[in-house]
Amino acid sequence: MAATLYWDDVKEGQDLPPLVKKPTTQQLVKYAGASGDFYPIHYDKDFALANKLPGVILHGALKNAFLGQLVTDWIGEHGTLSKLSVQYRGMDVPGDTITGKGRVTKRYIQEGKHYVDCEIWLENGKGEKTTPGSATVILPSRSGE
Amino acid sequence: MTQWAPILTDEQRQAILQWKGDTVVLEVEAGHVKRFAEAIGDANPLYSDEVKARQSRYGGIIAPPTFLRAAGSTIPVVAALAGFDQILDAGSEWEYRETVRVGDVITSAMGVKSVATRRLAIGPSVFVVFEATYRNQFGQVVALQRSTLIRYRGAG
Repeated sequence: MAATLYWDDVKEGQDLPPLVKKPTTQQLVKYAGASGDFYPIHYDKDFALANKLPGVILHGALKNAFLGQLVTDWIGEHGTLSKLSVQYRGMDVPGDTITGKGRVTKRYIQEGKHYVDCEIWLENGKGEKTTPGSATVILPSRSGE
Repeated sequence: MTQWAPILTDEQRQAILQWKGDTVVLEVEAGHVKRFAEAIGDANPLYSDEVKARQSRYGGIIAPPTFLRAAGSTIPVVAALAGFDQILDAGSEWEYRETVRVGDVITSAMGVKSVATRRLAIGPSVFVVFEATYRNQFGQVVALQRSTLIRYRGAG
């Protein structure tokens, strides 16, 4: 597992390591099965087109999972995810390259815990932010408090 | 000026606000967690490698942050939303309080926080904010999730 990320070493304005995903229709089917979300717009193209969509689209919750991984990959085993928010502003489609990105917005101590807030988002292959969000994490400090 | 009929009546709005979902129980099984992690493409050993997870600070396999969605992913059936049969997921806010581990029995209960209406390109739409409370077998709240769903009239 990756080296421990300490609160002391995080800087406001710092970028999170990006996370690249290349979702396929097969991944959407796997996600439907694993999550129990069988809403047909995610695997039935005719149904999606009949409902005014461009074709099958990614599950919002799958994009939520990508953003969760973006943050948990960064904080590693010793960090704790406290809050995760996402807004599905734009649709994402299989076959596109989706990149998760993030930036540290705030670093603070509250009730003895060491917090970091981040803005996070997904970009599609055209570089458009389809899915903005935010996350709050708790990290270990070098002082061990 | 065009006079639009309201998208929802006051009675419909009240009925939606008072809606309560059925309680859903999810047993957190190792195979399910592993399959979920594979489906989202997350190779983190905490979700799938018993040996590495046991050596971690968690002492065993844990669930990815959005795994709990599997306990609440059925589409809420709200009678007052009849006709607004199509759904778009507009977003989600999670607050995590406790770790979810293999072996946990999670109970999820869902209610409605707010209702709003808007006219979008896809037609008259209802924005409903649902709140799910996830508890473990010890009665601890492990997570809260507020999800915004857009309901609209589809092809029928």
